[in-house]
Amino acid sequence: MDQLQAYWPLYPELALVIGAMALLMLGVFRPEGEREAEVIGWLAIGVLGLAAWFVLQQPAGTQQLFGGAFVVDAFARFMKVLTFAAAAVALLLSFDYLRQAKALKFEYPVLALLATAGMGMMISANDLIALYVGLELQSLALYVMAAMRRDDVRSSEAGLKYFVLGALSSGMLLYGASLIYGFTGSTSFTSIAAAAAQPGAGQNIGLIVGLVFLLVGIAFKVSAVPFHMWTPDVYEGAPTPVTAFFASAPKVAAMALFMRVALASFAGIKPQWQQVVTALAIASMALGAFAAIGQSNIKRLLAYSAIGNIGYALIGLAAGSPEGVRGVIIYLVIYIAMTLGAFACVLAMRRSDGMVEEIDSLSGLAQNNLGMATVLAILLFSLAGIPPLAGFFAKFYVFAAAVKEGMWALAIIGVLASVVGAYYYVRIVKIMFFDEPRERFASIQPKAGLVMGVMGLYILLYVVWPAPLVEAAGTAAKSLF
Amino acid sequence: MIYHAIVFLPILGALIAGFLGRVIGARASEIITTLFVGIAAVLSWVAFVQVGFNGETTRIPVLRWVTSGELDVSWALRIDTLTAVMLVVVNSVSFLVHLYSIGYMHEDDSRPRFFAYLSMFTFAMLALVTSDNFLQLFFGWEGVGLASYLLIGFWYLKPEANAAAIKAFVVNRVGDFGFALGILGVFAVFGSIGFDAVFRAAPGVAGKPMEFLGQQWDTLTVLCLLLFLGAMGKSAQFLLHTWLPDAMEGPTPVSALIHAATMVTAGVFMVARLSPLFEWAPIALEVVTLVGAVTAFFAATVGLVQNDIKRVVAYSTCSQLGYMFVACGIGAYSAAIFHLFTHAFFKALLFLGAGSVIHAMHHEQDMRKMGGLASKVRITWIVMLIGTLSLTGVGIPHLIGFAGFHSKDAIIEAAFAAHTPGNYAFWLLVVAAFMTAFYSWRLMFMTFHGTTRADQETYAHAHESPWVMLVPLLLLALGAVAAGFAFKTVFIGDGYKEFWRASLFEGAGNHIRHAMHEIPGWVGWAPFVAMAAGFGLSYLYYIVAPWLPALTARIFRPLYLFLLNKWYFDELYDWLFVRPAFWLGRLFWKKGDGAIIDGLGPDNVAARVLWTTGRVVKLQTGYVYHYAFAMLVGVAIIVTAFMFHDIRALFSGVMR
Repeated sequence: MDQLQAYWPLYPELALVIGAMALLMLGVFRPEGEREAEVIGWLAIGVLGLAAWFVLQQPAGTQQLFGGAFVVDAFARFMKVLTFAAAAVALLLSFDYLRQAKALKFEYPVLALLATAGMGMMISANDLIALYVGLELQSLALYVMAAMRRDDVRSSEAGLKYFVLGALSSGMLLYGASLIYGFTGSTSFTSIAAAAAQPGAGQNIGLIVGLVFLLVGIAFKVSAVPFHMWTPDVYEGAPTPVTAFFASAPKVAAMALFMRVALASFAGIKPQWQQVVTALAIASMALGAFAAIGQSNIKRLLAYSAIGNIGYALIGLAAGSPEGVRGVIIYLVIYIAMTLGAFACVLAMRRSDGMVEEIDSLSGLAQNNLGMATVLAILLFSLAGIPPLAGFFAKFYVFAAAVKEGMWALAIIGVLASVVGAYYYVRIVKIMFFDEPRERFASIQPKAGLVMGVMGLYILLYVVWPAPLVEAAGTAAKSLF
Repeated sequence: MIYHAIVFLPILGALIAGFLGRVIGARASEIITTLFVGIAAVLSWVAFVQVGFNGETTRIPVLRWVTSGELDVSWALRIDTLTAVMLVVVNSVSFLVHLYSIGYMHEDDSRPRFFAYLSMFTFAMLALVTSDNFLQLFFGWEGVGLASYLLIGFWYLKPEANAAAIKAFVVNRVGDFGFALGILGVFAVFGSIGFDAVFRAAPGVAGKPMEFLGQQWDTLTVLCLLLFLGAMGKSAQFLLHTWLPDAMEGPTPVSALIHAATMVTAGVFMVARLSPLFEWAPIALEVVTLVGAVTAFFAATVGLVQNDIKRVVAYSTCSQLGYMFVACGIGAYSAAIFHLFTHAFFKALLFLGAGSVIHAMHHEQDMRKMGGLASKVRITWIVMLIGTLSLTGVGIPHLIGFAGFHSKDAIIEAAFAAHTPGNYAFWLLVVAAFMTAFYSWRLMFMTFHGTTRADQETYAHAHESPWVMLVPLLLLALGAVAAGFAFKTVFIGDGYKEFWRASLFEGAGNHIRHAMHEIPGWVGWAPFVAMAAGFGLSYLYYIVAPWLPALTARIFRPLYLFLLNKWYFDELYDWLFVRPAFWLGRLFWKKGDGAIIDGLGPDNVAARVLWTTGRVVKLQTGYVYHYAFAMLVGVAIIVTAFMFHDIRALFSGVMR
């Protein structure tokens, strides 16, 4: 019993892993079919709920396991709940689409669970090796998910590209990890933090190069420029629900990892990584804003939107203060809500002859389906950062944190980039509301409609009662300092 | 309560007709607005008796309006004799015009809009005449300007109507700029814009200098001239008169109400209301006299040769307003208001009569295509005759006559008594009276007498207007006959003191009312002679020898063209102001806004963004090795930057 009690902090990940195995067995030994696959999918959502419940039951404060390699603190708990919730919603969105595409296989929820388990470990990783293991568990599952539709060329291409580039980034990450180990003598974040806090650590070029490579590996996962190149191709090629999954849960986990590595283990050489993060943020915001304008496919557009948004989130991290981290956390919550809502809308872009992904096919949507057009307009306005929608506050918190740290220029560049970005978001609203109507979409499935409605309402009504999120994010942020 | 009803019933009607017009229908809109204004008109007469004859003077606070620093303005109704007279004029004419419009506009599709505008105008005019401070005056001033603009351009599908509406508005801007400056100046000098406070303080300011445009001037002269600039615009005085004839593009009832009886007289009312200021600014009064006399003469000369029936009446209005300003300028405010009062009746009558003719002739306005209509539209002919007799001032000197006779002769006599340099005011007015008689009878003869010049079909179909139009005409005719001798005693006679009390102010040196009774006998006969001569000449030209006008025009061709083209004022202004303004506007638009601001600003930025987008999108080739290369380059750059010192240098602008 004592032993079980001792692993209490690990229960969420254990639940995911054991659940994944059990569902795998269930899938393998039961007759194969779409109904069964969907049942397994619902069970997977249940497992995610259970894992989230475990997280919520954990006591306040910080617990460590495995000699400090695995840490659970307020930050980790917050990010895990967000990750699990995002994964569950993404799964919920996938059933109808995959059934339509004749691709509803029981492996899909199982892979999603395994990836989520990897994300949980990333969030809690307090050791370079734990970090790598969690990251790879997540990545391997995601490679397969991207290539889920083996009969589809684009899906296979997406999976392959993601795998090749992911392997390259893993290589760089490992190289960086080995350099760090070589110059600090430890893989534990705690020891690395102590070494980085030594005077002169900032001039230790070996440590810094190691740090750069490590951060590059993580930057690949959050698709920050210039390590973003895979994102548009994979977003476009992967089946839409998989894209929705990619766009939500893994981003949260990778950003959590980014923040923990930067703040918990390299606080001592903060000026150095701040420069890297600032460079990434500016490049991401700029490229996200400019490149999105040239897109005609809505999934590619959302990919560039994701790149830009990661840039904004990185502003908060570049600030390097508790307010900044709080800003990043709030940003992620709101961004995930917007993204999932937007993908629910993309999933509803379906005609009798299949899915459509062209932005032009949204033309005149307001006349055919005012509800969907309204929700999508709310989400897009929010993404553009127009008050009083939630997206405005998301940007406001990170910009405010940057300004408070004296990084005026960074905040101004962010504002300018969001001005450019507003163009392509609002253009879609214009297309939906003012252009000639096209052929109608098929009626929206209840699950997508539900997600759309909930996310739209949240974004719209966030302004009424922002306190709970701000407080929870503030508590989570403090535990990193 | 009665005063609240008088002022606010019209706006209530306007709101109902304006916003619910589509719901309740055109007929209901007509009835509601007409009824409300009718009630207000009846109450106005009640108020007129109470204030004018029973000696009631009140100030009724309505609401506290603007409070900002030193400025504290309340909306209040200032009720004295001057206001009561104006209330009677405005509401009576407005009611009759409403009634007339029911018949005149019956074919129009947007009658609710028309009646809403009419009632809105009435409210603005009432707000103007009941104003207790300069801001309220300005509110009414601009309100009637707006209503005038809307009504001139009522037929907005007609390009001429739109042009005329814009012209009226823009020309009035010139005057209103001076007016607004005057109000600001009043506030700057007196620290208040309430009439009572300003009037009380005026004697103390008289003769003191103030700085304006970098020079020292007499304070009250500057203020009064600025305020008078507003009056010149609103009352279409010389140099700012060009909008009034064009305003005839609006429906005829509008011309009668706004551009004859009420709005254009606002300038006269304003000078009379501000007599406690003007009386302390003799130079300003001299300017008022000069402008009035010149206008009276100038407009009459142009009226001689116009062929559009409404334009003749419009120039006549312009000319008569000149008379009123002369009266103001020489200090005979009561004569000015008396003429305003009688003029409202006979000029509205002439306009509505002209409207009746136009109605009969199927919207033909050119007098050259009329003639011989007397037998066709007998009632209209009779009332027009009465209007003409009144306008030309027919009456037996020193005894009795039509309404216009009493008021106009009073002004001419006062002008003589004022002894302007060379008696220019007197002589200009007498000559104007001669010309007035000539063109008024010319109008009558060309329209109603002789053989018709209309085409057969139109003439055959010419018909008398319905009773809803004739009743207002008859009532106005009654006023045009009787308003003179009925009210002469109280307005300018022995009842002066008890009637006007404190509402009109006369300075210590103002003896004009006594002086005008001590003039040589021939002066009283001068306008009579001018009038009779004008009639005789007109009779000769248009009845006895109809070939004479053409001959005269040929002999004096340059003069004829000069008058026909209204002294070339429109051409002059077009060349002087309109073209340069357009040129400047086009310069700012094409070069300034289009080429510089848009070109370098939004358009340029947008073009740069698109250009950048095009380049950035090309980076996304789809080849894995390009992607990997980008990653490696990225790492290389970051590491290199660190090795060569610090990225901080690279991002020095961005980092702290």
